[in-house]
Amino acid sequence: MPARPLFGRGLTALAIVTAVTLAAGYSLVFFYARLDADQGVIQKIFYVHVPLAIVSLCGFIAGGLMAIQHLRTRDRAWDMRSYVAIHLSIVFGVAVLITGSIWAKRSWGHWWVWDEPVLVSFLIVFLLYCCYQPLRFSISDPERQSRYASVFAIAAGAFVPINFVAVRLAVQRVHPRVLSETGGHLPGDMMLAFYVCLAGVALLFVTLWKLELTSKNASDQLRRLRANLEETPPGDVQAEAPPEPVGVG
Amino acid sequence: MIRAAWAILWKDLRIELRTRESAPAMALFSLTVFVLFHFGLRRNSIDGALASGVLWVTVLLAAVLGVNRLFAAEREERALDGILLAPIDRTAIYLAKAAALFLYLVLLELIAVPAFAILLLGPGLGGAFPELLAILLVADLGLAFVGALVAGLAAEARARDIVVPLLLLPLYVPLLIAVARATEPFLTSHPGPHGLAKWLGFTGVYDTVFLLVAVAVFDYLLED
Repeated sequence: MPARPLFGRGLTALAIVTAVTLAAGYSLVFFYARLDADQGVIQKIFYVHVPLAIVSLCGFIAGGLMAIQHLRTRDRAWDMRSYVAIHLSIVFGVAVLITGSIWAKRSWGHWWVWDEPVLVSFLIVFLLYCCYQPLRFSISDPERQSRYASVFAIAAGAFVPINFVAVRLAVQRVHPRVLSETGGHLPGDMMLAFYVCLAGVALLFVTLWKLELTSKNASDQLRRLRANLEETPPGDVQAEAPPEPVGVG
Repeated sequence: MIRAAWAILWKDLRIELRTRESAPAMALFSLTVFVLFHFGLRRNSIDGALASGVLWVTVLLAAVLGVNRLFAAEREERALDGILLAPIDRTAIYLAKAAALFLYLVLLELIAVPAFAILLLGPGLGGAFPELLAILLVADLGLAFVGALVAGLAAEARARDIVVPLLLLPLYVPLLIAVARATEPFLTSHPGPHGLAKWLGFTGVYDTVFLLVAVAVFDYLLED
């Protein structure tokens, strides 16, 4: 059996960097960035909601790019990466919709507003990606499953920008834009806090992504080793299966 | 490739002519949905944005039926293996299926749109003809391109009758936005300004993008 690379190399360092960045970001939010004049303290949810939304959308797109890589190289590892990215993005997406609703309730008085293009587009994209797992797991053959999932991820990845354009064309904007397209409106202190939070959430995504991949790879390898053990006659066990180091962290 | 696609399309149309499974069911379904809308909305006649929405949601739901049946013949008799054994490009299968779906949708609309005008629409369709035809045509292309791709995606799934609508309807949302907006001014008694060019342009982009994506990835679906 060829030597396999250690999984999860650098995960500890990454986790520490993530924790530090997140802590720094949210300290900046609460102790440094000014209180929003209109919205008061509820505006702080912006530093959770918007980074989550940006990271989650980027995760969907990244899942599509990894799926392209999977179909090109036929390497199942890329499919696993794409799957974990999309799966995490869905989890982040739930958080986006919840924080968005809370924010909307406090600042506009409704849990949901249809005239906010970004929110509506996000809901549609989210609904589409919610079908990723049902589709994936309703195909039993693993090789075929990964191919079909990749095709879905690519088509859905192409769908994301189209959908944003369509909803934006259709909706008249009445959003209190905390962040315009370029972030130009934001005063410096808020901007700094926002970017640190964005970096923190992005790092959190990468850490979780790597962690899940590590655990998936490790349990995969464990299953393989078990299968090997069962195949080899009892006498050879000592010689045949020295458990390879599975680095978790 | 075109010849192979043509052959598969011809086969599908012959099956459809003999069994009459898809297009008549879609048309009948659309009539039923109009009746549902009549009672659900408690309105005898509708116009404008409401009419446009009712018409397009009905067409979309009918399209789901067509997409569900698109690979039915291949699946039930395991005829897909036969097609896959033939030395042809997989893209030909996609193009044939998209063309078949497109024709079913045209048939559906030949019945559903006049029926809609008679049953529900207040203002009458007289003045809207060339524009409405263009909208229907561009929309059907998009519905067919995306529908055939989803049909291929769901062909191997176990719960495919659930997967198809769940996948298809969100993918149709941008199309619905554009065509419902494009149709709206033509369903009122006093047509105002319309952004027909903008919405048709957007629908054209949608059609093109999904045609390209589907042609690029369809090969990977039917590999074994």
